[in-house]
Amino acid sequence: MEKINVKVCMGTTCFVMGGANLQELNDIIPRKYGDKVEVNASPCLNLCSINWEYSKAPYVKVDDEIITEATVEKVLETIENKLGNN
Amino acid sequence: MNNAGQAIHLKKEILVRIIKAFLSDNFEEQARLIPYAMRPKGMEVPYRCCVYKERAIIKDRTIAGLGFPIEEDDETVSLATYAKKATERKEISDKNLTVLQAACQGCKTNRIYVTDLCQGCIARPCLSSCKFGAVSIINGRSVIDDSKCKKCQMCVQACPYNAIVKITVPCEDACPVGAIKKDETGFASIDFEKCISCGKCISACPFGAVHERSQIIDILKAIKSGKKVIAMVAPSIAGQFPGSIYQLKTAIKKAGFYDVYEVAQGADITAQTEAKEFSERMHLANEKATEWLNEWVNEGGYGEKPETQEDDNVQHFMTTSCCAGYNQLIKKHMPEIKPFVSDTKTPMYYTAEIVKQAYPDSVTVFVSPCVAKRAEGYENPNVDYIMNFEELGALFVAKKIEILECEETPYVKESSKQGRNFGFSGGVAESVKASLKNENSVKPCIINGLNKESIRQLRKYAKSGECDSGCNLIEVMCCEGGCIGGNATMNNPKTAKKLINELSEKSQDIEKV
Ligand code: FES
Repeated sequence: MEKINVKVCMGTTCFVMGGANLQELNDIIPRKYGDKVEVNASPCLNLCSINWEYSKAPYVKVDDEIITEATVEKVLETIENKLGNN
Repeated sequence: MNNAGQAIHLKKEILVRIIKAFLSDNFEEQARLIPYAMRPKGMEVPYRCCVYKERAIIKDRTIAGLGFPIEEDDETVSLATYAKKATERKEISDKNLTVLQAACQGCKTNRIYVTDLCQGCIARPCLSSCKFGAVSIINGRSVIDDSKCKKCQMCVQACPYNAIVKITVPCEDACPVGAIKKDETGFASIDFEKCISCGKCISACPFGAVHERSQIIDILKAIKSGKKVIAMVAPSIAGQFPGSIYQLKTAIKKAGFYDVYEVAQGADITAQTEAKEFSERMHLANEKATEWLNEWVNEGGYGEKPETQEDDNVQHFMTTSCCAGYNQLIKKHMPEIKPFVSDTKTPMYYTAEIVKQAYPDSVTVFVSPCVAKRAEGYENPNVDYIMNFEELGALFVAKKIEILECEETPYVKESSKQGRNFGFSGGVAESVKASLKNENSVKPCIINGLNKESIRQLRKYAKSGECDSGCNLIEVMCCEGGCIGGNATMNNPKTAKKLINELSEKSQDIEKV
């Protein structure tokens, strides 16, 4: 099974608009999913400049899926769905 | 930390737009357009009834961002005029909070309320439990007469069905000193005679109704006019932004600041000065205690303990003095504890002094986790402005500064591990301890957050002159978790503390005094 890849944007815009709280995922994900899911901090994903300015930040990418206004809950839910689908 | 997710997102977005407007070539017009840009014609309305109402509320929030009180707005003045007035302003106000009363409508006033769970039972314990005759039975159900109700909650406890509830107003509940109240009209307002600027109402309000009156325009104006504007970053800033504090320094300079100082540098001075003061103060107490013990032992250790003379000079505990919210509390509500409070100045004080000595013509800006520092800054002539973490964040966003891409710039002086740990609960007491040769002489007691209970405790200590279980150093922090729990922080306190620790572990120990 392919590993799920989570990229948490740590660019300035995302971080300031609420992404700071997503750093918790670095602890939660390995604890919950072991090596099934890989989580990385990412520099600016370049989404903040295209998608209606900063209004939809923070962004997280789960594989190719973009999560807007991301929260820890939203990200975990997306992971659960993917794991269920696989 | 601020929990009001959507509202806080909105507040930050408005700040970003205000800053962008200021940086554009037509500040006034761009400021006027903010509500329209955020809620353009035809847009689906996210929160309220219609786009007009949303715009009106965004306008109000923008007024606070421009540094003015929302309460005084009569709706006829346009944001362009406010923007103009902001650029012309020479002085800042000592009233650092303002309430967006339009947001208060979603929130019922504080009262005791009988819910549908009322079974209309025959025993009617609610009726008999009420000493004020406020409960009556109408159509077989309990009803409370608000004009008689004293909110004692006896009926709440008496009801076997848990059918009676206390409806709380989050801001009122969070305020430790009863300074914010919803009045008869249902709008919350702040009594600045009582307010200690702790910022707890800001974090508590789910509608994001309470705003700090920003000084960001005043700061940007100073930068634009070519003055040497110097940022002094609070120790709690480590962990509030991506990257290291050295990258952060570069980023802040990119944003237009002339130089950046770590307030942890001043924290080192606070710790050492407080340690000296502590041993002087406690020395007397120790001497008295030894004297008394000797006397008692000389007499064979039998008999009554000798009556100790009430000596006003002997103190058994000292409290820290670096928290601005606590200092406001002492000033406005608890003068009786003053003799026990350390005379040592705050890290911000020492840092600002150092900066003004190095650059007498500079404009100093303290970068703060909380609103309380605005009150302290207002009283300190060496501190010109306060900018909170959210405002600094908004400035980075508006100027498109990627912190992670910045180089590392060293600080003028590397601060100690203990100074860098000032921002979380326990860190200050620990720093005092670490500054002393005889570390064991310190028996700390930590007040982790001011609330009604901890305030009562402090009053008790002040009255009796003793702290529980022989503690002699009381560290007081107004916010739960310490400064990392301040109202303008961006990270959750747990992660923030972890990140601070990563930095401080690499720093040298403080020098002993
Ligand atoms: S900062 Fe996250 S996409 Fe740019």
